[in-house]
Amino acid sequence: MVKIQGLTHQYNGGTVISFPDLTCDASQLLLVLGTSGVGKTTLLHLLGGLLTIQKGDVLIDGTSLKNLSGTALDHFRGQHIGIIFQQSHFVQALTVIENIQLAQTLADRKSDTKAAMDLLERLNIADKAHKKINTLSQGEKQRVAIARAIINKPTLILADEPTSALDDVNTDEVLNILYEQAQFSNAALIIVTHDTRLKDKISNQVILS
Amino acid sequence: MLRLAWKNIINNPLNLILSIILFGLGVGLISFLLIFDHQLKEKFDKNLAGIDLVIGAKGSPLQMILCSMYHIDNPTGNLPIKNAIPLFNKKHPLIKKAIPLSLGDNFKSFRVVGTNHDILGLYDAKLETGALWSKDMEVTIGKTVADESNLKIGDTFVSSHGFTDDPDLAHDNVKFIVSGILAPTGSVLDQLILTNTATVWKVHEHEGEQAESADTTSHAMHHDTTHVGHSNTNEDLIQHPEQEITSVLIQYKSRTNFQALNFGRNINENTDMQAASPAIEINRLYSMIGFGTDMLHNLAYLIALVSGLSIFISLYKSMKDRKYELALIRVMGASRTRVFLLILIEGLLLALIGFIVGMAICYLGMYTMSGYLKESFRYAFQGFMWLPVHWYVLGFSLMLGIIAALIPAIQASNTDINKTLSEK
Repeated sequence: MVKIQGLTHQYNGGTVISFPDLTCDASQLLLVLGTSGVGKTTLLHLLGGLLTIQKGDVLIDGTSLKNLSGTALDHFRGQHIGIIFQQSHFVQALTVIENIQLAQTLADRKSDTKAAMDLLERLNIADKAHKKINTLSQGEKQRVAIARAIINKPTLILADEPTSALDDVNTDEVLNILYEQAQFSNAALIIVTHDTRLKDKISNQVILS
Repeated sequence: MLRLAWKNIINNPLNLILSIILFGLGVGLISFLLIFDHQLKEKFDKNLAGIDLVIGAKGSPLQMILCSMYHIDNPTGNLPIKNAIPLFNKKHPLIKKAIPLSLGDNFKSFRVVGTNHDILGLYDAKLETGALWSKDMEVTIGKTVADESNLKIGDTFVSSHGFTDDPDLAHDNVKFIVSGILAPTGSVLDQLILTNTATVWKVHEHEGEQAESADTTSHAMHHDTTHVGHSNTNEDLIQHPEQEITSVLIQYKSRTNFQALNFGRNINENTDMQAASPAIEINRLYSMIGFGTDMLHNLAYLIALVSGLSIFISLYKSMKDRKYELALIRVMGASRTRVFLLILIEGLLLALIGFIVGMAICYLGMYTMSGYLKESFRYAFQGFMWLPVHWYVLGFSLMLGIIAALIPAIQASNTDINKTLSEK
């Protein structure tokens, strides 16, 4: 379960952005909507422990992100949070499966080839397992990014604009995959987007303004 | 982590090859010079063989040393025995051993040296098979001579005049016979054909003018004496004051004797002979060639530094290209320290591969050069050897790798993931 309490953030000398208090239970899907510039990415980075919390707190299964710092925060992020970015980046030198296994080892888990293969199987990209990342299509990359985010069975899955680069058909598909996988690993799923197509598909939503 | 660093390196083969070739060249050149220096000094030192003084005809003292002790250069001229008689006096107060040398001929570029049995003691040489030379025309050959010429005991051969193998100058009328083969000593003795002094005279006594005109600098003895007897001892030698030898190797009774210190100078000032101390001349030689090798050393270090710079640039550049990648690694749970170490390991790996390539270059260099070196220094150089100083070279390489990777590594670990990922 993820809880946001009294969270605000201020960039160097900028205006203070306040976020509403939110809760997202395990296996639940929360859509955070908002036009650009309202702090969607800031919220995502705060939730993901990529940005230091200045005021308020984020609780993930009772652990306060505010109290974690440095290596402890890096470690916690690797183990409990999976993040899917709008632009998927990978370690170009590695193959698809190696990128997934890297996520395992960096979270101090044992590199488990079978688990990684099973996951790629579920996402229908098992045949690309030993291909280099730059040979994949945009949609395939998105799936690998999803696989990488959920391989460690995180408590929280964050997705930043996962659909804005995709057409309607692919949007539905990615949304389904994300939802299924969140259910499968019993994780809270928070999607941050300005893509209004999602508005009608997900009922549990917050609009930032 | 090591695997990831490795994959990152080989993902950019062009950068990899450039860095490694540069690094390998630097390391290879340094290592080559170290081995070359080491072997040259070792050979020179080994061949000093406790010889305190070399006495020969007037000329260049260094040339005389190189000729008489290392058998590289040509003789400075001939020494009439009548001048050298005092040296062979058994009751001489300073001299423990006086070993005459007579040069002038070669067989397949191996020098024929007329001398006495004392020369074996200088190099701790022992017979491997057969017997030492006793009669005229009998020779005892060094191990290298035996191996390369395939001469066996009882075989006969003719020598040719001078020091380079030239069939036109062969002394066809007189044949040597191999009486024994020496065990290897690692010294110049391995490359020599030893016989008595009289044999060298004998070979040349019927010689016509063709040799004289063909080879005037590396000449030896040209005499019209009709007969010389066996001369295996110095007593025999001084029975022929009209003959000539090339030089005399002297070992003092005591090196610290005051008179011994002046002995060489007295000879130079008061006689027609020239005396030279091997230690002094060889040091002079070192200091003369030292400048050249120093320059090469500096050049090698410069190449190594430039290659360090190229590792730095390639890592720095890849840091820019891989900014997102590194941020991503952080997102996946890697701490700053881990990212720092990752880049450092990449630098170290590059340096290590460079070092190995350098050793390979050095090995190839030694291998291809050894034939050429053998010709000019008359010693077989070993191909490749691991010297203690190579640990320093390895340490130096790894240090260079770390230093080159340090700045990119610090930069990578300090990257703000939030900012990097927000840039689109």
